[in-house]
Amino acid sequence: MNLIDEILKDAPKIPIQKYTAKDFQSDQDVRWCPGCGDYSILAQVQRVLPELNIPKHNIVFVSGIGCSSRFPYYMDTYGFHGIHGRAAAIASGLKVARPELSVWVATGDGDGLSIGGNHFIHICRRNIDVKIILFNNQIYGLTKGQYSPTSEFGKITKSSPFGAPDHPFNPLLVALGAEASFVARGLDRDPKLLQNIIRRAAEHKGTAFMEMYQNCNVFNDGAFFQFTEKETKDDNIVVLENGKPMIFGKEKDKGLKLEGFTPVVVSLKDSKYSINDLIIHNEKDTMLSFILARMSNLPGLPRPVGVVYAVERQTYEGEVMKQIDASINKQGVGDLEKLLTHGETWVIK
Amino acid sequence: MAKDLKKLDEVTIRFAGDSGDGMQLTGSQFTTTTALLGNDLSTLPDYPAEIRAPAGTLFGVSGFQIHFGSKEISTPGDACDVLVAMNPAALKVNLRSLRDGGIIIANRDGFNDKNLKLAGYEINPLDDGSLDKFQLHSVDITKLTTIAIQDLNLTTKIVERSKNFFSLGMMYWMYSRPIESSVKWIQEKFKKNPEIVEANIRVLKAGYNYGETTEIFHARYEVRAADLYPGRYRSITGNEATAWGLLAASAKSGLDLFLGSYPITPASEILHELSHHKNFRVKTFQAEDEIAGITSAIGASYGGAIGVTTTSGPGLALKTEAMGLAVMLELPLVIVNVQRGGPSTGLPTKTEQADLLQAVHGRNSEAPIPVLAACTPAGCFDAAYDAVRIALKYMTPVILLSDGYLANGAEPWLIPDVKSLQDIDVKFRTDPKNFFPYSRDEKTLARPWAIPGTPGLEHRIGGLEKEHITGNVSYDADNHEFMVNLRQQKVDGIANDLPLAKTEGDDKGDLLVVGWGGTYGAIKTAVEKKRKEGKSVSHLHLKYINPFQKNIGDILKNFKYILVPELNLGQLSQLLQAKYLIPVRKLNKVQGLPFKANEIEAKIDEILK
Repeated sequence: MNLIDEILKDAPKIPIQKYTAKDFQSDQDVRWCPGCGDYSILAQVQRVLPELNIPKHNIVFVSGIGCSSRFPYYMDTYGFHGIHGRAAAIASGLKVARPELSVWVATGDGDGLSIGGNHFIHICRRNIDVKIILFNNQIYGLTKGQYSPTSEFGKITKSSPFGAPDHPFNPLLVALGAEASFVARGLDRDPKLLQNIIRRAAEHKGTAFMEMYQNCNVFNDGAFFQFTEKETKDDNIVVLENGKPMIFGKEKDKGLKLEGFTPVVVSLKDSKYSINDLIIHNEKDTMLSFILARMSNLPGLPRPVGVVYAVERQTYEGEVMKQIDASINKQGVGDLEKLLTHGETWVIK
Repeated sequence: MAKDLKKLDEVTIRFAGDSGDGMQLTGSQFTTTTALLGNDLSTLPDYPAEIRAPAGTLFGVSGFQIHFGSKEISTPGDACDVLVAMNPAALKVNLRSLRDGGIIIANRDGFNDKNLKLAGYEINPLDDGSLDKFQLHSVDITKLTTIAIQDLNLTTKIVERSKNFFSLGMMYWMYSRPIESSVKWIQEKFKKNPEIVEANIRVLKAGYNYGETTEIFHARYEVRAADLYPGRYRSITGNEATAWGLLAASAKSGLDLFLGSYPITPASEILHELSHHKNFRVKTFQAEDEIAGITSAIGASYGGAIGVTTTSGPGLALKTEAMGLAVMLELPLVIVNVQRGGPSTGLPTKTEQADLLQAVHGRNSEAPIPVLAACTPAGCFDAAYDAVRIALKYMTPVILLSDGYLANGAEPWLIPDVKSLQDIDVKFRTDPKNFFPYSRDEKTLARPWAIPGTPGLEHRIGGLEKEHITGNVSYDADNHEFMVNLRQQKVDGIANDLPLAKTEGDDKGDLLVVGWGGTYGAIKTAVEKKRKEGKSVSHLHLKYINPFQKNIGDILKNFKYILVPELNLGQLSQLLQAKYLIPVRKLNKVQGLPFKANEIEAKIDEILK
């Protein structure tokens, strides 16, 4: 038994309680701008956590820098507000050191995909069991309005008065390309969808990546309105449900069909196409996941939201613990004296 | 036939060849055998940054120097007594390190037209009389190797690779060393390939017998065991010692060790070594970059492990921001910087001491971090252990400076009694009553270590300025100034916990030579020699750079002159002058190589003339 196990064994026992969302609210005043999409994401996380039956002292929120990275201050769990871009690396170290903890990362499009892009892709491929919520508002908010790596090409901002010359990242594709085992997209204004995604991510064993479209009402207001507002959303998003055909539209009269590898929108109104012609969502289908993620870049197609991809594979920390156990089984628990005197030694008298 | 057996007190041998010739292996085998005989010794591997540089080129030469003796040995030796040169480039590069009258053993087969041209020789130096002031032995090493194993029908490549064992065998004969330890090593190392075992052992014996039976060597030498302090010894390099010191601190404290590290020369061996010891529950995380190396370690420390990151100069630069975070978070963390030649990529495989000011000052704002420096390869063990102890006790990041010379150099190490290691007492905070994350221990000023998983202690920390005691984010002007001072006081206060510094020699006198880090052996050798000549000179070697030990100022005052030799342009000099307002004489060398004792002796003579 190491010291942590030993000490926590004697720590005051707190009975597993039935938490409510309120139990996860810290004593700090929330300082996001009024109307910010972050509020909704925070509220949904606080609503879902009580369902998970994880003692809150075993939950840690880690973040980097940016508006979204203030998230840990508002959660009454353990919290770690790191430095710009490094939340994924900090969380990796924490989770590998303490696999029994539930570790979450709150990050943004700048923090997670620009300065922290390297750590992001590597945590995905290692499949360290960390839940990553990426607040994508397609703008730098905390530094007051520069374009971000997810801002659309040609965007006029403070730092791009003639239009951003950068081609943006598609966060889902980055995550899939980096071998993420769980990839989902949510909308700040769809609490039910958010809750469902957060719940699924929490249950997933491995890196769970959640892109959350989040409205910055100060510097990029309305960036996602076509996907979130009542009048337009139904025709512009398709909500993915595992095993179900991809149907969308206000009247549920449109569907997605594959022609070769290309998804096309078909009408279910006339009798030309039926539900049987549509793509059936399969979260375990790697090829489909790339097609769905790629749809964000193609005009005329609805934006997929929900769980895009979810497969099980070995986690990094699981493998590390296996190696440690195997090594202890084979050689016994490390003995310092044995280590220092093994191999070639000699005695001077 | 009987040959003279001459007794020697000390010998320096340098093995040199192409980087693919196995000179590092030959040198380390000679080192192990010599250590087992009870000699004191010190080694200097000197190899190029290229893994397999083009054969025969000057920049592709790889060397391994060993200095051993029946007396105390503190440096790899100023000048060699023997140079084993496998080709013309090796001869050309290393000849200047051979003393007049020294022995050259040249692989005549390697001195072909192509290699001579690559090394820039127009005439073969083995034949033109240019080496007359040395004892030259030209041996057909490649040919003799081939003959020894021709019946095994091995490829030319394997035969070529065996020839270093011929040189090793000759040196074993010449310095009366047994071959058994190397035979055992070959059997173990190549056990999956019996043909190679057979070939290498035969070649090793052939080299040994060549010395015994041919007429060319007139003398054979004996170097008796040194009069070392009684006890059990082993040979150890600086990087091994660093890894083991960290493991020892983990075992003693009961905390798991977490190493976040990105491979970099010359620090990678610490990562390699620790990755072998999974049964100590050590977790090695080969990170995606230097920044992930340190930030993952900080994450692990936050979780209650001993977070460690290892690197060299360019990597330390990349870790800068995260070190500041660790200062703000006040979490224990050890940053090992194995210094190399710089700036930028610099001289990756060569040694230097030019990261001192980077370690002490190289962060944004006021971000004090204790800085320790290892002085000898074996001393890396204690230094690493001490670094962890301080980090845990004071809840602070600690920088441990090593260097390429210490990292790769080997020496005999008196294995410490595990029970005698200083206790490392760690207390996690568990009591939720009156818990504040930035409250302080009155004596050490350390904040409590409250790790996730502890019921009732849920709290938030981060890189934003902390309010004293509560740890809440605070932009208050007075609080910021207070906290800046508090963090500084905490680190300054570590001086109360350090043993007082002691000079080697006298407490007062004309000249005090002050060094730090890997220059210990060279300064010690030089000062001892000058003291024997009756000069009033003493030696002070600093293991603690930040904070300095409390009595450093008093010691400096007792000498007329202060000399600070450093492998940089005068960084410790600057710190000493700034802190103690005393004039300092400098001796600086930045060639990617350690000091020779005679360079320091000459400076001592100059000052005390």
